Amino acid sequence: MTPIAIRTQALTRDFKTVRAVDTLTLEVPAGIVFGFLGPNGSGKTTTIRLLLGLLEPSAGRAEVLGLDTRTHADGIRARAGALLEHSGLYERLSAEANLDFYARVWRLPGAARAARIKELLEPVGLWERRKEIVGNWSRGMKQKLAVARTLLHRPALVFLDEPTAGLDPVAAVELREQLADLAAREGVTVFLTTHNLAEAEKLCQQVAVIRQGRLLAVGGLDELRRRSGGPRAEVVGRGFSAAAVAALRARPEVADVEAQDGRLTIGLRGVTELAPLVSLLVQHGAEVEEVRKSQASLEEVFLALMEEQPQ
Amino acid sequence: MIADILTVARKELLEILAMGGGGRRGWLSQLLMLGVFGVFLPLQSGRLWVESPLLLLSWAWLPYLLAASTVADSFAGERERHTLETLLASRLSDRAILLGKALAVIAYACGLAWAVVLLGLISLNVALFGQGLIFYSWSVSLGIVAFSLLGSGLAASAGVLISLRAATARQAAQTMSLIIFVFFIPIFVFQLLPPETQKAVVVYLGGLDPGQIALGAGGLLTVVDAALIAAALTRFQRARLILD
Repeated sequence: MTPIAIRTQALTRDFKTVRAVDTLTLEVPAGIVFGFLGPNGSGKTTTIRLLLGLLEPSAGRAEVLGLDTRTHADGIRARAGALLEHSGLYERLSAEANLDFYARVWRLPGAARAARIKELLEPVGLWERRKEIVGNWSRGMKQKLAVARTLLHRPALVFLDEPTAGLDPVAAVELREQLADLAAREGVTVFLTTHNLAEAEKLCQQVAVIRQGRLLAVGGLDELRRRSGGPRAEVVGRGFSAAAVAALRARPEVADVEAQDGRLTIGLRGVTELAPLVSLLVQHGAEVEEVRKSQASLEEVFLALMEEQPQ
Repeated sequence: MIADILTVARKELLEILAMGGGGRRGWLSQLLMLGVFGVFLPLQSGRLWVESPLLLLSWAWLPYLLAASTVADSFAGERERHTLETLLASRLSDRAILLGKALAVIAYACGLAWAVVLLGLISLNVALFGQGLIFYSWSVSLGIVAFSLLGSGLAASAGVLISLRAATARQAAQTMSLIIFVFFIPIFVFQLLPPETQKAVVVYLGGLDPGQIALGAGGLLTVVDAALIAAALTRFQRARLILD
C-alpha cells in the first residue's frame, strides 16, 4: 500500500464570514508531484498554511507525514520544506548567506552545509554567483534559489505555492525543469499549487481541483480526462454531408459529432479504432485529408469542472 | 534552543550590518557617531570623561538609542519584505525567533557602544600622554557593561513587542520614538513641582549614594526588560503574524 503524505478530513477554515477552505477531504500519496489547482482566491494558499500548522483549522483535521497539524505543527515544519507565495529571500544578503542561514536553521553541520549548498546551486547555474546580493537578481534566479533553499534539509515533503507565477516563459520553463528534476532525483513528495494548467499537466501525477475552498475533483490526469469526456478524433477534409454525420452519430462507439469548416470533431466512447469511421465517411463521399486522435487537455477538464459547478 | 537563538541572531546581525552599510550614508552615520562619542566628546571633557558619576546614564542611553533605531525593523520589516512567513514556516520555535531577534539588536547596540568606549579611552590616553594610564574604575567598568546591556535590552524588548504588532517598519519606528518621551516625564513632573519640593528632591537625591542609585536603576531596568520580553513571548502567535 502506498504511504500517504497528506490526509485531510473535512478540513475547514473560516475568516470571519468567509469560508476559505470548505470541508476538504483529500489524500496525497507519498513520492508524487501533486497538483492543487484552482483559480485565484480559491483557498490554495490557506490550505498550505493549514497543512504547515501556521493556521488552525476552524473544523476538521489534517495529518501531514503522519503528524496532526494541530498538535505536531513543529514536527511537520521540521520535516517539510515550503516555498510560499513570496520567495522569502533576504534581499540584502548574498545567495550563499541566505542558504547558509536556512542550513543552520535545519542544523546541517559545517562541512555538510557547504557541500549541500554547492550540490543544490551547481545544477541550476547559480554556484558561480553565490556571493552576489540577491536583491540584484532577476525573479527567475530568485525563484531557483528559493527552491534550492526549500530542499536544503532533504525534506520528505515540499510545498510549492505558485512557484512560476510572475516568471517570463523562459524562466518558467527552466524552473519547471528544475522541479521535475528534483522530484525525480530527491524522491520527495511535492504539493504544488498553481493555476497554470499546462505546468500541472507536465509535472503532476495527480491533481485536485478546488474552487471557493471546495474540492471539485481529485485523481490522476487520465482519470479526470475520462470524467470530463472520453477521447476524441478530429477529421480534416471536404464533403462532410449531413448523411455522413448522421451515419457517424448512429455508430455505438461515437458519443457526439460536431462539424465545422471542413473539420469534424468526434467524441468517442472509450478507446476506439478509427479506420471503420473513416471508411464510413469515405463511403458517404467525403474526402479525408487528416485524422487525429486527441484527449481533453487539463485546461478543458478544468473548465468543464468549473462549468459543472457554477458559483 | 540556544543554537537556534544564535542562528537567528547571526542572520539578524548580518541584515542590520547590510542595512547600515548597504549605502555610504549608513557607514558615514556610524563613523560620525564614533567620531563624536569616541573622539570629540572625550577630548572636550578630559579626565571628567572617565570620572563623572553621570557617565553611567550616557552608557545606558546611547545603546538604547542604537537599539531603538534598528529594532523596529525586526518583525514589521520582515513582514514588509515578505520574508517573515518563510521564517515562520521553518522548524524554528517561537522563542528562538523572538529571542534571536532581540539578541541581535542588543549585540549590535552594545558592540557599537563598547567600540565608542574603547575609542574614547584611546583618544584620552593619546591626548593626555604622560599623565599615567587613564581608565574607568572597576565599578564604573562593570556599570558600563551592565547599563549598556540593560539600556539596549529595554529598547530591544519594547521594540520587538511593538514591531510584532506594527503594520509597517515605519510605524514601529514612529512608536519607538514616542516611547523615548516617557523618559522625559520625570523631568517634566519635576519642573511642575513647587520650588520647595524641588529643593527637597534635590537634597534627597544628593544625599544618596551613587552606587545605590545605580543598583536601584539597574534593578528596575532588569524587571522592566524581563516583563517586556515575557509580554512579547506571550503575544507571539504565528497565525496572527501571518494574517496581520
